[in-house]
Amino acid sequence: MGVFALSFFAHAFETAWAVKVPAEGSASPKLDYSKSDKAARIATALMLLGFILLFVAVIARGLSNGHVPWGNMYEFSITGALTFTGAYLVALRKYDLRWLGLFISLAVLLTLGTAITLLYRDSAPLVPALKSTWLVIHVIAAIISGGVFLLSNVIAGAYLYLDSRERSGGRPAWATRLPSLEVLDQLSYRLVAFVFPLWTFAVIAGAIWAESAWGRYWGWDPKETWAFITWVAYAAYLHARVTVGWKGRRAAWLCLFAGSTFLFNYVYVNVWGTGKHTYSGL
Amino acid sequence: MVNQIETEVPEIGAGGLARFAWRQLTSMRTALILLMMLGLAAIPGSLLPQRPQNPMAVRQYFVDQPELARWIDKAGGFDVYASSWFSAIYILLFISLIGCVLPRTFEHLKTMRALPPVTPKYLEKLEAHSAFAGDGKDLERAEKWLRKNRFRLRIQDGSISAEKGYVRETGNLLFHLSLILILIGVSVGSLFGMKGSAIITTGERFINLATSYDSLDYGKITNETSLNTFSIKLNKFVATYDPVTNIPLDYSAFVTTIDELGKQQDQVIKVNSPLTFGTTRVYLQANGYSPFVTVRNSVGNVTFQGAIPFLPQDTNLRSIGAIKVPEASPQIGFVSSFVPTYERDPQMGAISVYPLLLEPKLLFSIWEGDLGLDTGIPQSVYKIDTTKMTRIALDSLAPGESYSFNGGSITFEKVEPWINLQIVRDPGKSYSLIGGILALLGLLASLFGRRRRIWIKVDASGRVEVAGLAKTNAAALEIEMAHFVSAIKGEK
Repeated sequence: MGVFALSFFAHAFETAWAVKVPAEGSASPKLDYSKSDKAARIATALMLLGFILLFVAVIARGLSNGHVPWGNMYEFSITGALTFTGAYLVALRKYDLRWLGLFISLAVLLTLGTAITLLYRDSAPLVPALKSTWLVIHVIAAIISGGVFLLSNVIAGAYLYLDSRERSGGRPAWATRLPSLEVLDQLSYRLVAFVFPLWTFAVIAGAIWAESAWGRYWGWDPKETWAFITWVAYAAYLHARVTVGWKGRRAAWLCLFAGSTFLFNYVYVNVWGTGKHTYSGL
Repeated sequence: MVNQIETEVPEIGAGGLARFAWRQLTSMRTALILLMMLGLAAIPGSLLPQRPQNPMAVRQYFVDQPELARWIDKAGGFDVYASSWFSAIYILLFISLIGCVLPRTFEHLKTMRALPPVTPKYLEKLEAHSAFAGDGKDLERAEKWLRKNRFRLRIQDGSISAEKGYVRETGNLLFHLSLILILIGVSVGSLFGMKGSAIITTGERFINLATSYDSLDYGKITNETSLNTFSIKLNKFVATYDPVTNIPLDYSAFVTTIDELGKQQDQVIKVNSPLTFGTTRVYLQANGYSPFVTVRNSVGNVTFQGAIPFLPQDTNLRSIGAIKVPEASPQIGFVSSFVPTYERDPQMGAISVYPLLLEPKLLFSIWEGDLGLDTGIPQSVYKIDTTKMTRIALDSLAPGESYSFNGGSITFEKVEPWINLQIVRDPGKSYSLIGGILALLGLLASLFGRRRRIWIKVDASGRVEVAGLAKTNAAALEIEMAHFVSAIKGEK
């Protein structure tokens, strides 16, 4: 039953975003703000709806599993898409990022699409090594960190794109309403500064769990190594910004680099890597 | 008299050079570069197989690409995290860190004891400046508010200088000092720790002696005399599986332990709940089956009897193993496999379809000749080198059954589960844990703490002037100043 509910919701949120994409795409080329504002509002409402449906889908998956839905890559992906969307919606309360919604929703759609087609696994019980309170603590910290890191990456990417456009003439029409470069730069930094302690916590929680499950708190398992690399890269980013005073392009590139180590860890180590983080195929 | 002109060449000398090197090493730029290098240096270790984690894969790499493997090995590529260059980077980084953090700590302790700086002459140039007419009691109310909000104050004639938010720098220093504590914890673990593993079959007892281990690695300055005494007897091992997917649900090893003081206790080891004996912990790491067999010679004398752990090959615990009988003449070996739930697959032959003992079967081929045990070359306990042997028979048995062959007989008495215990002592881990927690607290304080100064000045005419200064988050200072001003005006 859980699976049925799941596929229903999967379709529901897919549709929600599919509706959103053309709505925004068609509105943007015209500079009629009254019209596009409406489209943007609809799009945001749909995004919120998608967020809620996805939230329900994650809960449904959890119920159908009989345990928290963080046992394999399919479940990580849908929860990651959820926290990513959530981070965007929270940031939206303070900054007008709606014109990034197109990319945000595209990224979420790709993630969910991959999750449903390639990564889908039937609900399954947890193997003994995963039966621990630390599963909840470690994984949710890592997933939230991931969602926020990626949002900060999208914003750093937008910064780089808009920066190069502004240098060679001006912003494209659809992007005129995005916040100024300074605001994007600051926002991308703030997201990282906010979530870096959480990522640190995820790594420490993982170490504590590894100590009780695998007999050592740190063993240079590929996943651990890449979590460490991500941590080091973001630590370097924060130092570069706070102590050395980097900002703008250089900082954005460093942010993208750090974020890509996270993505690499998620994709490469899960799919092709060997190590102790491999459970139930994916 | 020759007019000698001494040119003044600045003497650099060894001391100067060392100072220069030290200043370079402890500069922020160097620390940042070292930090990035540490991240990059960690990458090869995740892409190449590593000896401590996966020695088999390293051996395979040598077979596949011997030339390349030799070069990688020379560069420490198969044990990156213990290699000299990886160590060099993190040792330099930590020296740089200490050189950077220690002076700052002393500096910080000094400023924490010092009073806030004197109120500047012209406040209007600063942030959040405002001026209004006062009623003569403004300074009093200001002092009360500042004290209530735990600012540090310097009371002057007609003005107050206040500062708050040292927690930012305190947190920053705490974070970096904690990283050093983590490194100390790691070092203590690798110097005084030990790690080993041992397989015990149900009914057997493990005694913590060097000879009981199948593999045992000591820390750099520990040896067998440092093992503490305890014993573990495996009474029963229970595994449960999901009947549909065959996924393991739970492993529980019921054991009787005797600790250093001789106290006997019944305990359960599970995957996420190890046993603890002081700083030594015992983990349940793997499990499998040990067929219990009796081998007799042609006149009926027992030449071998015992339980032999078999090595699982898949999730349904199809296992392989070797029964070696060096006592027999000629020597006999049984190249065997064991399946807990037997089924015949047209391609694969005997397979197991469920990991529990529903239809256990021991399959073997019997070999006669030289087992090669006396050659001095270490052999796998799960395999038999049959190059100097000939196969004489082939059969399969259920528990309780026997098979007679030319030269003797084998009886498959019963089968019991075995467990692999991993025994680890890491006296440094509590330091690392404390270091990790302190680092996190320090990080939070340093990222979210705000250092700011607030000034209030009242001139002879009773005009009140306030201003503030914040290095970070000017918006929050604006809000705080608004509260401050309304408190001075007595609006609350």
